[in-house]
Amino acid sequence: MAEKIGVYVCHCGSNIAGKVDVEEIAQWAGENLDDVAVSRDYKFMCSSLGQQMIEDDIKKEKLTRVVVGACSPHLHEKTFRRACSNAGMNPYLMDLTNIREHCSWVHKDRSLATEKARALISAAVQRVKHQEPLEPMYVDVNPATLVIGGGIAGLQATLELADAGYHVYLVERLPSIGGHMAQFDKTFPTLDCSACILTPKMSEAGQHENVTLLTYAELEEVSGSVGSFKVKIRQKSRCVDYDACTGCGICVEKCPRKVLDTEFEAGMGNRKAIYMPFPQAVPRVPVIDQDSCIWFERQKCRACEKLCPTDAIKFDQEDELIDIEVGNIIIATGWKPFDSKKIPQYGYGRLANVYTSMEFERLCNAAGPTNGKIVMRDGKTVPKSIAIVHCVGSRDDRHNPYCSGICCMAALKFGHLVLEKTDAEVYSFYIDMRTNQKNYEEFYQRLLGEGMRFVRGKVSEVTDAARMPTEQGKLIVQCEDTLIGRQQRYPVDMVILMGALEPQEDARELGLKCGISCSMEGWYTERHPKLDPVATMTDGVFVAGTCQGPKDIPASVAQGAAAAARVAGMITKGKVMIEPIVASINEQACSGCKICNNMCPYNAIEFIEETETSRVITALCKGCGTCVAACPAGVITGAHFNNKQIFAEIEGALWDALQPAAESSSQAETVPASAS
Amino acid sequence: MSESAPTSGNGNGKAKGKLAIYWAASCGGCEISILGIDTKILDVAAAFDLVMCPCIADGKVRDIEKMADGEIDVCLFNGGIRTSEQEYMARLLRQKSKCLIAFGSCATEGCIPGLGNLHNRQEIFDNSYTSETHSTENPDNVRPQAVTEVPEGKLHLPIFYDTLKTLDQTVDVDYYLPGCPPESPRIWEAIEVLLSGNLPAKGATIGENTTVCDYCPRTRKNKKIKEFKRTWEVIPDDETCLLEQGLICAGLATRAGCGALCPQVNSPCIGCYGPNEGVEDYGARFLSALASVIDSEDPDEIDEIISKGIPDPIGTFYRFSLAGSLMRRGKRPAPAATSQ
Ligand SMILES: Cc1cc2nc3c(=O)[nH]c(=O)nc-3n(C[C@H](O)[C@H](O)[C@H](O)COP(=O)(O)OP(=O)(O)OC[C@H]3O[C@@H](n4cnc5c(N)ncnc54)[C@H](O)[C@@H]3O)c2cc1C
Ligand code: SF4
Ligand code: SF4
Ligand code: SF4
Ligand code: SF4
Ligand code: SF4
Repeated sequence: MAEKIGVYVCHCGSNIAGKVDVEEIAQWAGENLDDVAVSRDYKFMCSSLGQQMIEDDIKKEKLTRVVVGACSPHLHEKTFRRACSNAGMNPYLMDLTNIREHCSWVHKDRSLATEKARALISAAVQRVKHQEPLEPMYVDVNPATLVIGGGIAGLQATLELADAGYHVYLVERLPSIGGHMAQFDKTFPTLDCSACILTPKMSEAGQHENVTLLTYAELEEVSGSVGSFKVKIRQKSRCVDYDACTGCGICVEKCPRKVLDTEFEAGMGNRKAIYMPFPQAVPRVPVIDQDSCIWFERQKCRACEKLCPTDAIKFDQEDELIDIEVGNIIIATGWKPFDSKKIPQYGYGRLANVYTSMEFERLCNAAGPTNGKIVMRDGKTVPKSIAIVHCVGSRDDRHNPYCSGICCMAALKFGHLVLEKTDAEVYSFYIDMRTNQKNYEEFYQRLLGEGMRFVRGKVSEVTDAARMPTEQGKLIVQCEDTLIGRQQRYPVDMVILMGALEPQEDARELGLKCGISCSMEGWYTERHPKLDPVATMTDGVFVAGTCQGPKDIPASVAQGAAAAARVAGMITKGKVMIEPIVASINEQACSGCKICNNMCPYNAIEFIEETETSRVITALCKGCGTCVAACPAGVITGAHFNNKQIFAEIEGALWDALQPAAESSSQAETVPASAS
Repeated sequence: MSESAPTSGNGNGKAKGKLAIYWAASCGGCEISILGIDTKILDVAAAFDLVMCPCIADGKVRDIEKMADGEIDVCLFNGGIRTSEQEYMARLLRQKSKCLIAFGSCATEGCIPGLGNLHNRQEIFDNSYTSETHSTENPDNVRPQAVTEVPEGKLHLPIFYDTLKTLDQTVDVDYYLPGCPPESPRIWEAIEVLLSGNLPAKGATIGENTTVCDYCPRTRKNKKIKEFKRTWEVIPDDETCLLEQGLICAGLATRAGCGALCPQVNSPCIGCYGPNEGVEDYGARFLSALASVIDSEDPDEIDEIISKGIPDPIGTFYRFSLAGSLMRRGKRPAPAATSQ
């Protein structure tokens, strides 16, 4: 029986209609494409009226298939599937073809864009005839959640879920949770003491009955899918028995090996070979840094072992792989600082009194290496003038095109701290002052009042080459003051570089493990930048905080809470639908060649030894199609993307090439066979 | 008569069926393989009258021309369509046969003669008739002509086409029997199917729907390949999958039917049984499978692995199937003079 197809071409306001002649296409499809029973165009197909139109047509016209030409399936596939369902049609008999992102938004020429849209509609009409009804599958949601990253965003998410009564595994790569916020002295714009507001959350997470804290641990591998992920965590060896250690700190105190602390102290202070990163660390269980420990270097010392009152030191402890099962994953792995050495003209690493912003955070931190005294590298001289350089590695095509968003405010915070603690003059060299959150502009006004000086311009160089006697022994900041249009030289004692926030080095790799993607720069891609900022394209994987893009603490906290709310919603619902778009192997025909066995990015293929054939574990398959393309015997079928559908789609797209009736198959006039 | 003798033979009182076996662009191996069914040929003879088989029996085209449409019960047609005469015979036999079977690789997918589709008529003739090739002596540069005037009148030769077509690119085909040549036991099985009257759906390939690996006794562990080797470079062990030893074995992609003959004697499968059921393009399938198991992420290294290990991609992936593939032929050069 021939299908009865309804075709609906959307204007999307002027988003599509501005470049594509939607009315003409709808009319053309109705008149020229076989089996099209209804063809309409409409201002907004996704509106309730547009959906109603489809539903009414399905019922009245007894449509058996629906094609919608509109925006990306990411956006509205669910909408139109639902409309079809409501009218009693299997939702997988609908095809949404994208004539917005693929046509109107990317083409300039109206007639060409229209032709492309026509080809796509024709392709969809041919394809949809071969689509098959599919039944969605449901899986139970495991109520436990994995949170990766124990910064403020991850902590917030953890506590929200734990307080709601759900179990959370919090995995942090460093020996303590806390993230970057733990390194700060004060936080803008309120100037709250960072530790005072952070550490209560840290210890709450450390003691919560619903939280399993896994610090000094990393994600090894994820399999499964929303509702039932199987996760392998690598617990790195601390060389300390986690349960036996009481956190007394004798080992740390007595350890003879001091090393530069490039992590927590940002290179401004030292730590021991066995260490807790900071006094309020959670958990209070030290780790031995095997690269610096004397025992690992030359089998000497063991002071910590001898002095530990509970015999907790275990030099032969090995990494441990821990298997956990969770229903959802929240990634909150934060950011890493820009390497200021990449801009050699600013002198970092070469000129002693050029600091990175994180170094300066430690320098003015009351618990830092100088107890909060702002002094130069010699450890005693108090600077008389300080230059703060904005946008270092941000808003700079050679490094990062984006604005890091928080550094203007951090610069103002530094200005305030310097003015409060010293008599130094403070200059801010800014391109634009970005203070667009609650109470931020007020903070800027406050600093103007406190006497911080502002020079509008991009610093071209920081040098110690003096040209005038007043510049002798100083760092000279060369900058064009764009407000007066003049090149100026500013001699100062200290320079602070407000480095960009960058994605973590391993962001892409971690994303891959969890099945989510990154932007060009390496920030995780959210499902929708406006309407779904903490979900990702992979169901059950959420992102929160700065791993999704630069942002301040309030925004990171808000995202942590939002991600937790989304997860809690999934848990309460109890079941999730998983797409029936999966691969299946015709086991009768599988030759057991094993080509597909290593192929699946989701480990969804198993080999059955008895029958010597491969099988797809449906619950794990994401329908990516990798194995379908790889199977040399062609015995794997991807539901919703089978050969028939794809070839029909291609032929539909080439409708105009196929137009003129194929010329006779004879290659030349036929001569009678020679006599036999 | 053996016990498995067909019951529809004349022993049953039924009229004998009519069988035609024809060859077009092919090598004759298919006929040899038919004879290879051995004494079963007597069963065939009991069931059918052989109305045509140029290789082994006399038979005239004009007799076929005189037959009623559909008078022949079964025609086993081997060979691709390269000339006008072959096209004529394909059309004629289609018309006169109830059941037309594309028999063997040439008819089903073009096979070795189909590799000529990498070239055109001009190039093929240049190669065959110039005196420059060692085996050719043709000082007058004589070329075959469709029509030649001689004192006695006009002589006709079939026109040689630019492109070799498979049988089903030329006429409607009922069933397919793959293989270069089809293995004798498979031929007998197919004949049994035909005699049973229990016919598969039109367009079916009579045979298996799995691939050679299914019959290959070699053990398979892990397909991750760092280097493709050519057969003369290694003596493979006789336990492990040849592909896993670096030899490009087409058994993965090739329809079962041969019983994995080649891999069992340490020689990689070259794909003579064609694509498996439902596969549109043998070469593309095989290629994407091999591409999936190359063990490298580095584009330069991958290039190296491919260029060193696969010096003849067409011969590796399309040896038997070029004419029947989605591409059908190499890119056509600008139209050349068409005289033969
Ligand atoms: C100089 C400076 C000053 C700032 N001052 C302020 C301020 O005063 N007020 C304000 O609102 N904002 C401030 N910010 C911004 C603030 O740092 C961020 O908003 C905040 O740190 C974001 O928190 P987060 O949890 O997203 O990331 P992070 O704090 O970066 O935490 C991420 C955590 O994840 C862990 N992690 C990373 N990768 C992995 C992995 N693969 N596996 C396990 N764990 C992993 C990390 O070790 C870390 O503990 C400042 C920024 C800078 C540069
Ligand atoms: S054994 Fe290593 S960690 Fe322990 S005290 Fe000595 S140097 Fe420090
Ligand atoms: S927040 Fe300010 S300093 Fe930071 S990148 Fe943006 S404009 Fe530059
Ligand atoms: S389609 Fe195949 S490769 Fe992709 S997830 Fe499913 S089983 Fe794995
Ligand atoms: S690739 Fe295909 S034939 Fe080979 S084991 Fe996998 S499903 Fe079976
Ligand atoms: S040797 Fe060839 S036929 Fe045998 S299992 Fe390996 S790929 Fe398959």
